[in-house]
Amino acid sequence: MSALFNQASTLLARRACHAFLYALALLGLRSSLHAQENYFVTYSHEMEEPGNLEIAAKSVTGAPKGVDAFVATALELEYGIKTWWTTELYLDGQTTAGQSTLFTGFRWEHRVRPILREYWINPVLYFEFEDINDADKALLEVVGHDGRTDFLARNNRNEKKREVELKLILSSNFKGWNVSENIIAEKNLSGSPWEFGYALGTSRALALAASARKCVFCRENFALGAEMYGGLGERHSFGLPNTSHYAGPVLTWNIPGGPALALSPNFGLNGNSNGFLLRFMIAYEIDQAFSKLRNRR
Amino acid sequence: MSMRGPKYVLLILALGGTIFAGAGDGQWLRKVPAKDRARTDPFAADPDAPAAGGKIFAEHCAPCHGADAEGKQEGKHIRPNLHSERVRQATPGELFWLLTNGSQKNGMPSWSRLPEAQRWQVISFLKSLQ
Repeated sequence: MSALFNQASTLLARRACHAFLYALALLGLRSSLHAQENYFVTYSHEMEEPGNLEIAAKSVTGAPKGVDAFVATALELEYGIKTWWTTELYLDGQTTAGQSTLFTGFRWEHRVRPILREYWINPVLYFEFEDINDADKALLEVVGHDGRTDFLARNNRNEKKREVELKLILSSNFKGWNVSENIIAEKNLSGSPWEFGYALGTSRALALAASARKCVFCRENFALGAEMYGGLGERHSFGLPNTSHYAGPVLTWNIPGGPALALSPNFGLNGNSNGFLLRFMIAYEIDQAFSKLRNRR
Repeated sequence: MSMRGPKYVLLILALGGTIFAGAGDGQWLRKVPAKDRARTDPFAADPDAPAAGGKIFAEHCAPCHGADAEGKQEGKHIRPNLHSERVRQATPGELFWLLTNGSQKNGMPSWSRLPEAQRWQVISFLKSLQ
C-alpha cells in the first residue's frame, strides 16, 4: 500500500512539474522575467504588482550535529490581486539523507496593506493558514521554542499541524535602505498555546542610481543585506529561554529581464539553534500573467 | 420583513459610487502636498538619466504602460498613455510623488522599493518623451 502511494505521489509530482514547465512556456517566460526578493524569512511592505505572478523556489539546507543532512524547498506562487492585497501559496517538501523525500504540506497566506501612502513606517497585516506535517523543515519562520531538537526525529508525515499565523509587518525605505521588522504569532488549531517570534531585516542595493547601459553585472542589480530571526516563547512562557535564533547576510542578484537569485548563510546564535544553515532562492516574476494566457487563447 | 435595510444599503452604495467616481483619473494630482509638488529632478542636468530611466521603465513599467509608453487596455483595466497632456504638464515633483505612493484606484502600485535616484531617472525618461 505504501509503495503504491509512493508511486502515485511520484507520478503526480512528475505531472505537476510538466504542467508547471508548460505554463511557463505559454506565458512567454523569456521576455518578461524580473523579481525582487530581498529576504528569506522577513517580509517588507513591498506588495506584488496587481496581475503579476511570482514563482520562487526557496530552499534551505543544513547538517545539524548528530542528525542527517537535509534540503527543504518551498515552492512559492505569489500573485498580486490588488495594489493593497497579495496572496501566496507555498508547497513544501524536503529530502533528508538516508531517510526519504516527501511533500510536507502547504501554506496559504494573504498580505494586506491598509495604508497605501508611503510613510516612515509602513504597516502590512499578514494572515496564513498552514497544513503541514511534522517532517516540514522549510523554516520559513521560527516561533515559540522551535529549535535543534525538532530535527532529531526521523521523517514522519503522520503528525499533522494545522496552524494559523499572524504577522505585523513594519517596514521603511530610507535613502536606499529597507528596514523591516516582523512580529509573529502562531497557533496550532489543535489547542496548543499561541507561539511568538520575530524577524528583522535590512537591505540596500549596491548602487542607488542605474547606469545608462544595459548590463547584467552592474552594481544596481545586486543588493546586500542581513537578516535575524528567532522564537520568543509561548503564551505561558514568553521570553528568550529555550528559544533558537539565527542571523546572516543576504546577497541578492536581480538579473535584468531574468530571474532573481539570492543566497544567505545563516548562523545559529545559541546552543538551541542549528549551527549553520544555507539558504538559496531563485524567483521569476511574470508580468500580467493571466492577461497573457487570455491573449494566447 | 422591513424594507428599510435594503434601502439604506442601496443609498450607501450610491453614495460610495459617487465618491469613487469623483476620484477619477488625474484626481491624484490634488493629493500631492505642496512641498512634494515643488521638488525638482536632481538628474535634470544629467545627460545619461533618460537612458538609465528608460532601462528601468522597460523592466518595471512597460509591461503595463507599453514599451512605447502609449498605454494599454487589458479587459476593464486601462493603463494610461504617458505621452498625455496630464503627464506633460505634471511637475517632476508630482510624478515622483505618484511613483512613490502609487494610486490605489487606478491600480498603480507604489514603487518605493526602487531607490529614490532610480525613481528620478524614470521621471527624466518620461520628461524626455514629451
